[in-house]
Amino acid sequence: MAVFLELLVNGVSVGAVYALIALGFVVIFKATEVVNFTHASLLLAGGYVIARLHPLIGFWAALAAGVAAAALVGALVEFLILRRARAGSRGVPAIVTIGVDILLTTELTRQIGTEVLALGDPWGDRVLRLGPITVAETRVVALVVAAALIVAFLLAFRFTGWGVAMRATAEDAETAALMGVRLGRVSLSAWAVAGALAAVAAVFLCVFPTPGLDRGTAAVAMKAFPAAILGGLDSTTGALAGGLIVGVTETLMNGYQSELAFLGRGIGDAAPFLVMIVILLLRPSGLFGTKEPARV
Amino acid sequence: MSEPTPAPGTAPAGTPSPDTRTAGAPALTAFTVPTAPTVPTPATSGRRAFRPLRAALWAAALAVAVAVAVAVPFYLEGFWLQAGLFAMSAAIGAIGITLLTGATGQLSLGHAFFLAVGAYSYVSLSSDAGLPTPLAAVAAVAVAGVSGGLFSPIAGRLRGAYLGIATLGLIFAGQHILFNAEPVTGGFNGRPVPPMELFGLVFADTPELVVLNVPFGSLERLWFLGIVLLAGAAAFAKGVLRGRPGLAMNTIRDHEIAAGVMGVPVARYRAGVFVLSSMYGGLAGVLVALVFQQVVPDYFGVLLSLDYLAMIVIGGLGSVAGAVAGAAFVSLLPQLLTRYSDALPLVAEPGSGGVSPAEAARILYGAAVVAVVLFLPGGLAGLATRLGRVRLKELRWAKSAPAPASRR
Repeated sequence: MAVFLELLVNGVSVGAVYALIALGFVVIFKATEVVNFTHASLLLAGGYVIARLHPLIGFWAALAAGVAAAALVGALVEFLILRRARAGSRGVPAIVTIGVDILLTTELTRQIGTEVLALGDPWGDRVLRLGPITVAETRVVALVVAAALIVAFLLAFRFTGWGVAMRATAEDAETAALMGVRLGRVSLSAWAVAGALAAVAAVFLCVFPTPGLDRGTAAVAMKAFPAAILGGLDSTTGALAGGLIVGVTETLMNGYQSELAFLGRGIGDAAPFLVMIVILLLRPSGLFGTKEPARV
Repeated sequence: MSEPTPAPGTAPAGTPSPDTRTAGAPALTAFTVPTAPTVPTPATSGRRAFRPLRAALWAAALAVAVAVAVAVPFYLEGFWLQAGLFAMSAAIGAIGITLLTGATGQLSLGHAFFLAVGAYSYVSLSSDAGLPTPLAAVAAVAVAGVSGGLFSPIAGRLRGAYLGIATLGLIFAGQHILFNAEPVTGGFNGRPVPPMELFGLVFADTPELVVLNVPFGSLERLWFLGIVLLAGAAAFAKGVLRGRPGLAMNTIRDHEIAAGVMGVPVARYRAGVFVLSSMYGGLAGVLVALVFQQVVPDYFGVLLSLDYLAMIVIGGLGSVAGAVAGAAFVSLLPQLLTRYSDALPLVAEPGSGGVSPAEAARILYGAAVVAVVLFLPGGLAGLATRLGRVRLKELRWAKSAPAPASRR
């Protein structure tokens, strides 16, 4: 039982981090209708800046710099490339983001090389004992930070002018533009926010018990894709639910690996995608996604 | 609703009027120029008027292409043959995915999975089940098609980029199976590929074979197999795109609802094209396995799928010729950079800390994807048509200059 609880807490915490990534993904989709395959490399960019800067300026300043850098990269991708590629058929922007992803990931993994970069976080490998269960401190912090950021984001989405503009654009971009919403600014800010969230997520993907940032981190970040789509690409609630489902499934599968030996080694890595396929079979537009009604 | 773009094969290239503004209004032309000879209007449904000169040109070009293709193994060394074979295999796979992504608008990141299914099925069916190798190859393509069909509940219902993410699941599930189902896949180290044996000819280095004083090893022999397979794959895809299925696919891509209203069974078509494209992937997998002579799971990862998408974008979405050109570009680039790395600036030897040839190639074609989408919609194929059109226009201007009123 204690093992199960431990795994559950860890799973929820990992899930919260995936939810952060998926949230950025969903925000971009809502604001611009672009499925953003660059997301994993935005995360890698943020993590890389933090890893390189923390010995020089300390962890917190490096974190701020990393968040700013990832937001900047996101904004630049939107401003320099996507804004200019929008004309054309629907699949094209998604393909451009794949091209950008190839560029960014290649360059960043080249810079990282075979190293495993520590992020210099203040929590180290300390653990918390809550009754019978032991949890790494980083996991608790991840849970708290992710929850706080998600709440802050949802509040901003609901109550600020920026949030209203964003929701109006998601509802009907043309009408929103006629009402004076500046679409360019909306999509620029969506990309910047997504980049910033991804950078924060990068920290928690790379701290204890993970050894650090290495060239495989982008593949880990890819697990946020099933999180986003199984919740429904256009639903922020869906991103949260999807993140939690993916995180908990993965952690439980890894934790009970010896009992699940018949499924093969490393089933935890494939599990999120299998869950996604099962859910898509039952509900093609995700758990919370709106089924697009069409009028002819 | 925007007018659906006609398939490349159905472009009304045979329309006699050079002026596009009046192309759709022959009555007007007849009214303003009553003396104009009645031009036979070709049927608009994509059949071209027969033109002896053009047909002769095509035949000549085809003859030259065949001659070059046959001559290559006699003159070029193994490196080029191997590079060419990789390009051919990539071209077959790229044709498959351009049917899905280019012509039907369904993004797929799972193409590498179907290559893996084809390659491993061939190995397993020929080594374990003991099927004759040609039969194993055909069966491997069929297995790839069936596994694509098993995915059809998702492939038929999800649209565009949604399907892209869902197919990402195939890659990860596939990798898991490849690493773990060791009795069939050989696990991490993969398995050796038995050489193909067709009508008594073994596609391997032994028994030795010398044709016109040139030793014919496995690469030389496979070269011809590759050519035949690629030609067949391209011809079939062209036929699909030119006929009714092609029109239906393009309509689904351009306007799903309109397609449904006009009686196209959208979900069935999507699933069908997905199956077809996975069979192309399976065939490419068989060929690449024959060239490699060893299948390893690492090769069939998500990067391979991204390569395939890069190929069809660079070549021009939805065009068979474009897919072949893009495949040649993307698969030859890293090999050329590796071979000439000491002569090129900015490219370092692998492992020396600089930009390795493989990384340089990835950066180049990543940039090429972005550049093509921004500046060259239609890719290489679009560029070729545009250049061709300019030429034709010049030609017609020159011809019509003495008598502009008669338009001929």
